[in-house]
Amino acid sequence: MLILTCPYCGISAEETELAPGGEAHLKRFGPGSSDADFESYLFARKNPKGVHFERWRHAYGCGKWFLAARDTATLQVFGTYKAQTPHPTPEIVAAVQAARPGWQPDWIETNADTSAESPKA
Amino acid sequence: MSASASSSTGRYSVFAIAREAMRLHSGWKRAWQSPEPKKKYQVVIVGAGGHGLATAYYLGKNYGITDVAIIEKGWLGGGNTGRNTTIIRSNYLQDPSAAIYDKALKLYENLSQDLNYNIMFSPRGLLMLAQTEHEVRGYKRTVYANQLQGVSTEYITPQRIKEMLPIINIDGPRYPVLGALYQERGGTARHDAVAWGYARACSAMGMHIIQNCEVTGIETANGQVRAVNTGKGRIECDKLALVVAGHSSVMAEMAGFRLPIESLALQALVSEPIKPCCDLVIMANTVHGYLSQSDKGEMVIGGGTDGFNNYTQRGSWQHVEETVRALIETFPMLSRLKMLRQWGGIVDMTGDRSPILSTTPVGNIFVNCGWGTGGFKAIPGSGWAMAELVAKGQPGPLAADFGLNRFIEGRFIDESVAAGVAH
Repeated sequence: MLILTCPYCGISAEETELAPGGEAHLKRFGPGSSDADFESYLFARKNPKGVHFERWRHAYGCGKWFLAARDTATLQVFGTYKAQTPHPTPEIVAAVQAARPGWQPDWIETNADTSAESPKA
Repeated sequence: MSASASSSTGRYSVFAIAREAMRLHSGWKRAWQSPEPKKKYQVVIVGAGGHGLATAYYLGKNYGITDVAIIEKGWLGGGNTGRNTTIIRSNYLQDPSAAIYDKALKLYENLSQDLNYNIMFSPRGLLMLAQTEHEVRGYKRTVYANQLQGVSTEYITPQRIKEMLPIINIDGPRYPVLGALYQERGGTARHDAVAWGYARACSAMGMHIIQNCEVTGIETANGQVRAVNTGKGRIECDKLALVVAGHSSVMAEMAGFRLPIESLALQALVSEPIKPCCDLVIMANTVHGYLSQSDKGEMVIGGGTDGFNNYTQRGSWQHVEETVRALIETFPMLSRLKMLRQWGGIVDMTGDRSPILSTTPVGNIFVNCGWGTGGFKAIPGSGWAMAELVAKGQPGPLAADFGLNRFIEGRFIDESVAAGVAH
């Protein structure tokens, strides 16, 4: 059974306690965006075979949304982190790279917004 | 029959059996050849499951295209074709779905004769139980839609269900059986035989079936497909058809585009064999359970999908428990059965629970995917429509509504609401 540690309440929660929420870190496109961007935001998914970042909700616990790094080909969990971050945190990237040498992030790092603590909200 | 006069056993018939019995079965040939790949084919199909093989078969049969290779990462029919619960039906709500699934059902009805291979099609009748008021209304609506589509189904009472299926408990405390959508033409077929029969027919047309050959890359130039790189070398092609179900997103990534697909694990299990007690296929969508009895006597049970992306062909235990727990209320006798085997397959789910048969952003690459939890029943119709798409370069009437453009245009074929969950 899949077990994820909720980064908010710290509980090691079994899959039955959690609700899956799909791919994480989607860039939102709304009114004013192109049809292609809007479609891609709504429907197109990475669905990778391997390292994946996804949203989960601690539904039968503290109720918070959080993010998890997982391997869809092996079911290995690399770690969980708070939702208020535009990209996986450096700690998560390090954990993934420790387990998957050679794996490289496919996003572009920007200053100050990669840490879970940085967003003002 | 002409074949029966020849010395080789190419065509299966009662005469072939008699002749082989006389010579100690020494004349049976391999059902299909396993050649080394050529440098180039007119059409390369990735995925030798039911859908890929059916696509190849109808390319040859309907369009005379036989310079075809079907390449397969594992073994023939070893993916979802060998992992499903073999249910065949066509009682869908939306018109495009009813059209393609009923085409498939009609082809299934004569497939053994067409392929000269016994696929053991068994139109034993199929019940979709209504166990909530919502389902009662939903299934009545589907029956009315089916009447307009020319698909024969009916809505039947709990008393009639009990007469047809004595082992059912219609007075369950949590989910009483309130009625059912009944499709008399629905049933099951032998899933492996469908793959084997198509493979044998494709091989007989001179097509190459190449197993244990994983695609590692897709070469494109000027927005057109050039070749696929595989474990057995580079294979050029004029046209490429991706028919790989759970791995569709992986193939699309290689070709440089994304699909509206999520890969999830779906599980099934079979019990120990028992005497015949259930000569129908039963689907109980509210409780996520499907039940039929195999020819060996095993109760074949299917359940719901997990909710998260997964490529491991292993599902979560609690879904097995939920499925069995729910079915036991409706079929109390199941509680005494031991379960023999349990397995998972990776299904390719779209948001509207309808398939994708489409051209792609790359020229001459075509995708057939998104059949999700309901692909087996669609195999012949899917192959028929996909062959037309590949041969002509544009979809025919069966596939027209299932293009990728439906997502940008908002023309969903919404079977997720119509079917509840299940296929």
